[in-house]
Amino acid sequence: MMLFQVLNGLTFAALLFVVAAGFTLIFGLLRIVNLSHGALYLFGGYIGFAVAVKTGSFILGGAAAMVAVALAGLVLDQGLLHFVKGYELRQVLLTLGVAFVLNDLALVIWGGDTFTVPTPEILQGPMNVFGVFYPKFRMFVLLVGVIVFVGLWLLLHKTRLGALIRAGVDDAETVEATGINIRLVFLATFMLGSALAGLAGLLGGAFLTLYPSADSEILVFSLAVVIIGGRGSLEGAAIGSILIGMLNTFGQVWFPELAYFVIFGPMALLLAFRPLGLFGRAA
Amino acid sequence: MNRRDFLKTSSSTAALAVGTVAMPAVLRAQAGGPIKIGLLSPLTGVLAAGGKELVEGFELWWEQKNKEVAGRKVEIVVEDDASNPDTALQKARRLVEQANVHFLIGNILANTGLAVANYVKGNGVPYFIPVIAADELTQRARLPNVLRIAGYTGSQMTRPLADWCYKQGYRKVATISQDYTYGHEMTGGFCQTFSEAGGKILQQFWHPLATADFSPYLGQLANLGADAIFAMETGADSTRFIQQYKNFGLKEKIPLVGAMNLADQSVIRTLGDEALDIVSCHSFAEGATDDGTKAFVAEYEKRYQKLPSVFGTNHYAGGMWLTEAITKIGGKVEDRDVFLKAVREVELKGSPLGPVVKMDAYGHPVYTAFIRKVAKRSDGKLWNVVVTSYPNVSQFWTYDPETYMKQPPYSRTFQGIKS
Amino acid sequence: MTQAVNALARSDAPVGRSVGKFAAMTVVVVGLAILPLLLSSYQLALATQILIFAMLAMSVDVLAGYAGRTPLCHGAIFGASTYVVIYASNEYGLPLPPALLLGVLAATALATVFALLAVRTAGVYFLLLTLALGLVIWGVCLRWTHVTGGENGLRGHLREGLFADIRLLYFVVLTVSLATYWAMHRFVSSPFGLTLRGIKDSESRMASLGYNVPLHVFVAFTVSGFFAGIAGALYAIFNNFVSPSTIALAQSVQGLLMAIVGGVGTLLGSYVGATVIILLEQFVSAYTERWLMVLGAVFVLIMIFAPEGIVGKIRALAKRSN
Repeated sequence: MMLFQVLNGLTFAALLFVVAAGFTLIFGLLRIVNLSHGALYLFGGYIGFAVAVKTGSFILGGAAAMVAVALAGLVLDQGLLHFVKGYELRQVLLTLGVAFVLNDLALVIWGGDTFTVPTPEILQGPMNVFGVFYPKFRMFVLLVGVIVFVGLWLLLHKTRLGALIRAGVDDAETVEATGINIRLVFLATFMLGSALAGLAGLLGGAFLTLYPSADSEILVFSLAVVIIGGRGSLEGAAIGSILIGMLNTFGQVWFPELAYFVIFGPMALLLAFRPLGLFGRAA
Repeated sequence: MNRRDFLKTSSSTAALAVGTVAMPAVLRAQAGGPIKIGLLSPLTGVLAAGGKELVEGFELWWEQKNKEVAGRKVEIVVEDDASNPDTALQKARRLVEQANVHFLIGNILANTGLAVANYVKGNGVPYFIPVIAADELTQRARLPNVLRIAGYTGSQMTRPLADWCYKQGYRKVATISQDYTYGHEMTGGFCQTFSEAGGKILQQFWHPLATADFSPYLGQLANLGADAIFAMETGADSTRFIQQYKNFGLKEKIPLVGAMNLADQSVIRTLGDEALDIVSCHSFAEGATDDGTKAFVAEYEKRYQKLPSVFGTNHYAGGMWLTEAITKIGGKVEDRDVFLKAVREVELKGSPLGPVVKMDAYGHPVYTAFIRKVAKRSDGKLWNVVVTSYPNVSQFWTYDPETYMKQPPYSRTFQGIKS
Repeated sequence: MTQAVNALARSDAPVGRSVGKFAAMTVVVVGLAILPLLLSSYQLALATQILIFAMLAMSVDVLAGYAGRTPLCHGAIFGASTYVVIYASNEYGLPLPPALLLGVLAATALATVFALLAVRTAGVYFLLLTLALGLVIWGVCLRWTHVTGGENGLRGHLREGLFADIRLLYFVVLTVSLATYWAMHRFVSSPFGLTLRGIKDSESRMASLGYNVPLHVFVAFTVSGFFAGIAGALYAIFNNFVSPSTIALAQSVQGLLMAIVGGVGTLLGSYVGATVIILLEQFVSAYTERWLMVLGAVFVLIMIFAPEGIVGKIRALAKRSN
């Protein structure tokens, strides 16, 4: 019984991690709190859904989701955020406006019905996990979460781009001063972060479904994860996701009354007393 | 939609008019002019899908009637309540005070209905609620100008279901429900009847609206030794619950019965085999074989390329109800008392809501309730077919109304469970 | 006419100094006072709504425009006041004046708690913290069903008797609104207010000059909560109904947007912003359901092209022409 709930928490955490990793990269390097990140998740999910249904391929759906949302990120960064560069608050509020537009646009394009991303046969049904019958697809999501973590870790610690990103998270000005085209690094990061939101949308769309308020819900969770984990920290996002995933699952089981506090409470307290989160670095 | 043109002209005339505070109903519109209906519906927000179907169902009826009744033209002014009570209130005010509608109809969420009801309490505007199921509005908190035409209460339809479950031999049931009034009422109706018949409610689970992940509950539900699970879910929660019920292996093990919304067409039309055989109870089933239903379903499917859900159906029937009442009084909707009396006295025949429908003394209809099951139509689409029916089901079931209303309203803490 | 515009545009000279400014103000006040003779009851209700939300926006402006801290929790403070007023009048049968007072006190107390938690943060973290705090309050109102009515909210009895007539309500709201504007104006023009502006410009400089920055921010936050509470209390009468949607994040966002559209740091801008947003919504929703999209687009465009808002832009243009 306990194992069952632990798996619930972990698999949900894996999804949160994919979304939050993108969010924290953008927040960490570009100092942008992208409040439209949730809307990008939803859009990615809808696009992935449409492609997967049309082509019958889950993988193509995933690829389409990631590419489409990365492009959306490109437009958002170059076409809109570009104009308020350097003004943190304006950027945040601008992304909030974008979130509204995207949310309503999704309603116009896909309507208000709930959609489920179709999963491939081999991922359907339950499997035996240490004696517990558990849905295969959720274990798959857990696997993807781990792969994304490892992939991002390798990117950040073993590649030049990653080194630049890490340096930029610590001190963007200095990196810029060394003559490196930090603009491209920023753009690549923004697109990568957005693509991750799109991927998460496809995954989430399969076991949590896609519907008009999914964007704000996942955004709130992502905010909580990133606040707790700390700006720009991959490890923070991972720990934060596990924490929030577990809190959400066990909160629902043990304290169903306090559904929202279990998440917002710790988030608010942390912001008040340790705004940098567990692993965040000062700006 | 007529809304735009209508509101454009009324805005400009209002700008020129000298204001008065409360225009008496008699002066509001000249008899003989068009009948203006204010239709409130969630066209954005979490219930956008249902809201759209509500408008479609209502408009289908009036299109069939050439948008007129008793020699007067009908103008429908649609406003979006954004699935939100404050917005519903604002739009209700706009419809009554700016667009000068003769009466209001619509809304889906109980809290939007309660907000609007509080508003019309003050000014006597008739308000009809074919979908809002809050028990209170036709029981303890009823108002003379709020009538539930073609609608249902939360607890009305789950009681026959409980009776049927007991007769099927189920003795131990666990319930899971969305944690708000509508969920409390639907589950309460089931639990009270089931426990009074001698069945046992093993445990109740309540979860917040928009729960994406049912895994914490499914694990517990699977281990209770229940004969059946009663689930009360709406919208996206229904979809997810049904899917996750299958994915976690419960579908093969424990029969699933549910509140009407769980198996509503708006939910099952995007699902597959995981939704088959779910049993629910309602005054409408897409696959019912009576003429009224068949005609309506065929028309609706032809017009909108999908099978009708409760939102479209109830508003279509609501339109039918209104036409009958208005025809009987020769179109004089300005006289509110006469109008409301006519609405109460309608005996609706040939609607998709069963053979004959009429109101009880409390402003709420009495129906034939269908126990229905999700099945596959010959073309592969899912719909609800009738298993058996219970005639003359009122909002009070077999209880005496006055005695019933002495018991507290259903809530999380009061579920009518007899120990 | 230019003189009147210039008078309005001149930043924050003490009230009554300039004749032009006084004349402009009088014209406006008289105009507002005779509106009930010109408008229908529906339009008057709209005007009342604009005045109430302008007060909410002004309370946001006090913090965002003068102390340099942008909050996303004032909708929650506003709504908390509304809840307390309706609850007190329903449950305890309190007549209106003490119920309203209780609402304002509750809002101020809430703002004090928020302020204590938020005083050491700034910028984006302040925004996120206030957002989270607002969500906590929203969660309380949604779950604490036997007090707040849960998602059904609370239905009031406040539009019976005296306030059944929208004209009386309008006058009361207008008077309170003008009084609040005057009070806020005095507050931001006072030495305390000037210190706040110094903090907005450069916190480190003020700190090094010996000013207790956290204390100033704390007081500003509490004062802004007090004014948001007044707006919320009046809203209780106007709407006669409260539910979690009154207290939701969307309310805070809208209040902030009104302040920004009008002009952050101008106080007057809040009236302009509230009028623009509310009338725009009336106009747009007569033609389409896509209000959310329009609102979002307005947000984006304002941030790019006119982050100083309408009044801010007028003042900037007036300065240039002088």
